[in-house]
Amino acid sequence: MVVTGAGGLGLRLTEPIGVRRPQTAPMIRCARNGSVFTLRTVMARLLRLSDAVAELVHDGDCVALEGFTHLIPFAAGHELLRQGRRDLELIRMTPDLLYDQLIGMGAARRLVFSYGGNPGVGSLHRFRDAIEHGWPHPIEIEEHSHAGMANRYAAGAAKLPFAVLRGYAGTDLVAHTNVRFIECPFTGEKLAAVAALAPDVAIVHAQEADGEGNVQLWGIPGVQKEAVLAATRTLVTVERIVDQLQPRPGAVVLPGWALDVVAVAPGGSQPSYSEGITRRDNEFYRDWDEISRDRERFSAWMREHVLGEAAAR
Amino acid sequence: MSAAASTDEVQTVVAARRLASARTVFIGVGRPSTAAILARMVHNPDLVLIYESGTIGAKPFRIPLSIGDGELSETADAVVGVPEMFNYWIGAGRVDVAFLGAAQVDRHANLNSTVIGDYDHPRTRLPGAGGAPEIASSCGEVIVTVAHSRRTLVERLDFLTTVGHGDGPGARERLGLRGKGPTAVITDLGVLEPDPVSAELTLTQLHEGVTVAQAREQTGWELAALEQPRITERPSEAELDALRELLAR
Repeated sequence: MVVTGAGGLGLRLTEPIGVRRPQTAPMIRCARNGSVFTLRTVMARLLRLSDAVAELVHDGDCVALEGFTHLIPFAAGHELLRQGRRDLELIRMTPDLLYDQLIGMGAARRLVFSYGGNPGVGSLHRFRDAIEHGWPHPIEIEEHSHAGMANRYAAGAAKLPFAVLRGYAGTDLVAHTNVRFIECPFTGEKLAAVAALAPDVAIVHAQEADGEGNVQLWGIPGVQKEAVLAATRTLVTVERIVDQLQPRPGAVVLPGWALDVVAVAPGGSQPSYSEGITRRDNEFYRDWDEISRDRERFSAWMREHVLGEAAAR
Repeated sequence: MSAAASTDEVQTVVAARRLASARTVFIGVGRPSTAAILARMVHNPDLVLIYESGTIGAKPFRIPLSIGDGELSETADAVVGVPEMFNYWIGAGRVDVAFLGAAQVDRHANLNSTVIGDYDHPRTRLPGAGGAPEIASSCGEVIVTVAHSRRTLVERLDFLTTVGHGDGPGARERLGLRGKGPTAVITDLGVLEPDPVSAELTLTQLHEGVTVAQAREQTGWELAALEQPRITERPSEAELDALRELLAR
């Protein structure tokens, strides 16, 4: 079902529950001079995940799928693979299993990251194989520290060209990544400067959204807010749609008008987790070490569990 | 009566003792996490555990597999985003002690967690910096825990990921690094501490039954040693029972 809304926005409803029809864009009258203007977008559109990925992510795009251990958008990443996206520049602080899978399937041209390990388990074997042996093809890398990446996202969210921090000084990273040193104009202190991140698309997962696409996530918030606000286009997958967001301690709320698309993907962060809804599958993180160690076994596993008919929602 | 402590248990117990008077500790997963939880059980119940995932004051009952396990955020005093964690808490110097591991450590306690071999054609690609560089520059002090071997304690790092004491005395000040840097490297053979004058790692403590010659044999540079290194106090019944109970949870 397709509803035509304000500004020619097509709202495709795939989840009938609690979704309100789009309203006309609100007209705001300025109290001082009486001029009238219209807000940009009323709300995020709710699309089926496959339609969302098809519309928002193109071959060659720079894509950030964020979620710091928690709320990693696996379902959306797997949809990228099912749609055969190639040549992507992938940004993520901690590549984790999801980027190990994308790299191993040959979807990445370039990787921007700060920690490429399987947390608590060891290596990401597909990430290593790509860098050490160029399998399935060589990838370009740009690596930073966590502090550097976090500040790059924050600068991107603020639409500033760069961020400053105390960091990188004295390390070999300086010779191998994009960092400069500047003098503080007030104190003269030497500080590191790192370029803002501005992905074409940011994809994050959250617990819930309401019918207008306002999103709420809670638990470890990572850099999702910054990634979303730094990106040109945004997709949020959610566990569920609710009538109304109930305030939660420490929650991050992303207003629907600041997002492009919301898609429902229950369990969409597994084997990572969505606090309060799913649990981290630590056993799978351990199993991945064996599954991913061998190219053949990895490829067979991906065909069966991600690309196969049974894997598609 | 508990069975005698293994070298692994001794290393964890020694690390936990270092936290007896700390207020806040920054930890990753693995031995540091085990040591910090043990410290809360035995030495310092008020110790504030801070994990990189943004969980401040986490009180895990079990040892977490990842720094982002649900139990950490559910038990934390506060949960913050990554930019806030690095800018307001770590970068601002609010953390007393940080634990770090590494694939290689040199005589000035500089750390490599990036590559073994050449950067562009690595023999082994390691995970990379993560939070380590800024943790080591800004936390009050750093404690490194590694296995004592020539593969780990090397004459020359393949890549300098994290500055410890740089090229020696005064290096940290010249680079504008605000914390004290590494104050101890705890291994399965003993403890190395930077010499107050040369900033070079010196063997100051041996675990029971280990000799200076053994420690030197397993070190990739000519290891300086105190004339009479202290002998590690044997883990107490309370320490061992708590550690074993924790591991069994």
